[in-house]
Amino acid sequence: MEQFAAIKRTKDGQPVRYLVVDDSVFARKNLARMIETFGGQVVGEAGDGMTAITEYDRTTPDIVLMDITMPQMEGIEAAEKIVRQHPDARIVMVSSVGYQENIVAALQRGARHFVQKPVKPEVLYEVIKYVLGEDATVAHAAGAGA
Amino acid sequence: MKMELIQPFINAADAVLAQGLQNPVSIGNLSMEEEAYRRKGVAALVMVSGDIEGRMIFDLDPTTALRVASRFAGAELPESDDLVRETVCELANQVIGNAITALNDQGFRFRVHPPELHTADHGAKSSEDTEALVICFETCAGNVFMNIALRYNRRRRGEHVMAAGS
Repeated sequence: MEQFAAIKRTKDGQPVRYLVVDDSVFARKNLARMIETFGGQVVGEAGDGMTAITEYDRTTPDIVLMDITMPQMEGIEAAEKIVRQHPDARIVMVSSVGYQENIVAALQRGARHFVQKPVKPEVLYEVIKYVLGEDATVAHAAGAGA
Repeated sequence: MKMELIQPFINAADAVLAQGLQNPVSIGNLSMEEEAYRRKGVAALVMVSGDIEGRMIFDLDPTTALRVASRFAGAELPESDDLVRETVCELANQVIGNAITALNDQGFRFRVHPPELHTADHGAKSSEDTEALVICFETCAGNVFMNIALRYNRRRRGEHVMAAGS
């Protein structure tokens, strides 16, 4: 998989911390591999919206990558609950169902962005940089990748 | 089953498989399923409800499933690995999600249910109003079969048409 220049937290230069939420183990592993190529760190995983909420409280990640269609509690509802408790939460919805109503509903309920599956690493990378804004710095040091 | 319903699924499967396998995909046999569905290997089922309802099954023989999952995972997986079945489920999820996104742009409204493994050897026989179409995708990892049985939900569709006309 392509390597990217590492995205670091501006405040302390540490790797960006991610919570990955998807009911598919395959999808979670796939996103974790991409995060690794971005120089990030997966601090938690969840397979449904309910677990995502408790994992958010436990890990307080910099970014949440959240699927929409999941058992027990869907991603948009979970995103809304997380943002209600943590208004600064940065949640990126990652779903194969990318029609406009879904995207608008997710954004209205607190998500910061939307990425359609199958996820292209270069697209996710740009979205992460955009969502983190000034809170992230792209490390161009030697060994950081392309 | 009308081609306007099927084409988005063919396009989505083509795109998802080609991207995941990093190789072009060609469409092989396309046939109506006369008899009850018979599972070929590792199969994932996704149900759809709304203006159009029915199901889609993604079905791969065990060797192809292993090859496809290994290509998607970027590493050789053991045949017994749960990740092989997981990959087939996620593949089905991505195909149906992309297809439904396209159909939604045409005005149809849906709910996609989470994918599940189809473990029974046989499925229900298609009926007159829910014919099943089987499409074979020829890939570098082997043949991938997509079995689709969809129908218009007449009541929902009628409401939709009336609402659009009002």
